[in-house]
Amino acid sequence: MFECDLSGKICAVTGAGRGIGKAIAFALAEAGGHVICISKSEGSCGGSAAELKTKGFSAEHIAVDVASSKEIFKACKAILARHSAVDILVNNAGIARDNVVLRMCEEDWTDVIDTNLSSCFHWMKNFLHPMVKKRWGRIVNLSSVVGIIGNFGQANYAAAKAGIIGLTKSVAREVASRGITVNAVAPGFIKTDMTSGLGDGVVAEILKNIPMKEFGAADDVAGTVRFLCSQAAKYITGHVINVDGGLAM
Amino acid sequence: MANNNIEARVRKIIVDQLDVNDEQVTLNASFLDDLGADSLDTVELVMAFEEEFKDELKGEISETEAEKMRTVKDVIDFINKKLAGE
Repeated sequence: MFECDLSGKICAVTGAGRGIGKAIAFALAEAGGHVICISKSEGSCGGSAAELKTKGFSAEHIAVDVASSKEIFKACKAILARHSAVDILVNNAGIARDNVVLRMCEEDWTDVIDTNLSSCFHWMKNFLHPMVKKRWGRIVNLSSVVGIIGNFGQANYAAAKAGIIGLTKSVAREVASRGITVNAVAPGFIKTDMTSGLGDGVVAEILKNIPMKEFGAADDVAGTVRFLCSQAAKYITGHVINVDGGLAM
Repeated sequence: MANNNIEARVRKIIVDQLDVNDEQVTLNASFLDDLGADSLDTVELVMAFEEEFKDELKGEISETEAEKMRTVKDVIDFINKKLAGE
């Protein structure tokens, strides 16, 4: 019943060099998709693509600083010169620059908004044209539970992640009639490099609020993304699926 | 002659894309007001014009140019101007 064959689908995954993005790249490749691994450094996205190819999957990579709309535009042009369309777009790239608002400098605010939120707009804008033409597309934007419930010291990150939800729902409405679904996935606390720096005391405090009493795995998020990209999810659009062990019900 | 040809090609695209009758596609018909298009339809129309007239236009239709194409006549005039090398 759960049909997840992505054979022949061209998939672009941003932030695919490590963590959740890398897990998503693998999940889509395992389902048969051709994955374009995107991240800021050539070594990082190139490493993921090489690993995928070693395992016999279909992949390529392109280094893009997603904080720059010009770089995104250039990359989309290059990608669309090689492929007639990108069928699946996963906006996952993101950074954190944590600080309480009273100490947050403007640069930390704009860097996070540009990288985490504006990038989603630019990737979607560039890839939607061929998707509309093809009358098929899947877009999954990575939000965060922090965008729903807020978080101490993460006003910039939470604002960007909340922005992704509004963006996702609006674009979902705009292109729903063209066979394109747009959804968001909101991870809670997941074991990645981003959360590995948290002290034991902080982790214990966080776990108190997670009904499942543990951090999630990158694969938990990747599996949800893959489901939303599958044919099985064709009637789901404009939604946010939390993958958070029950943290934000 | 060339003029009529362009008009016929433009009309055919509009009929196909917007699923309207040929008689509805008068020169002054507005895509949004008369032909039932929504803003996404107009984006698709422009994409279809770009494809059909890629030899004549030699490039994409810019957002500013696209926004000015409100009626059937706007499109035909635009393409004729491009052909005239303006």
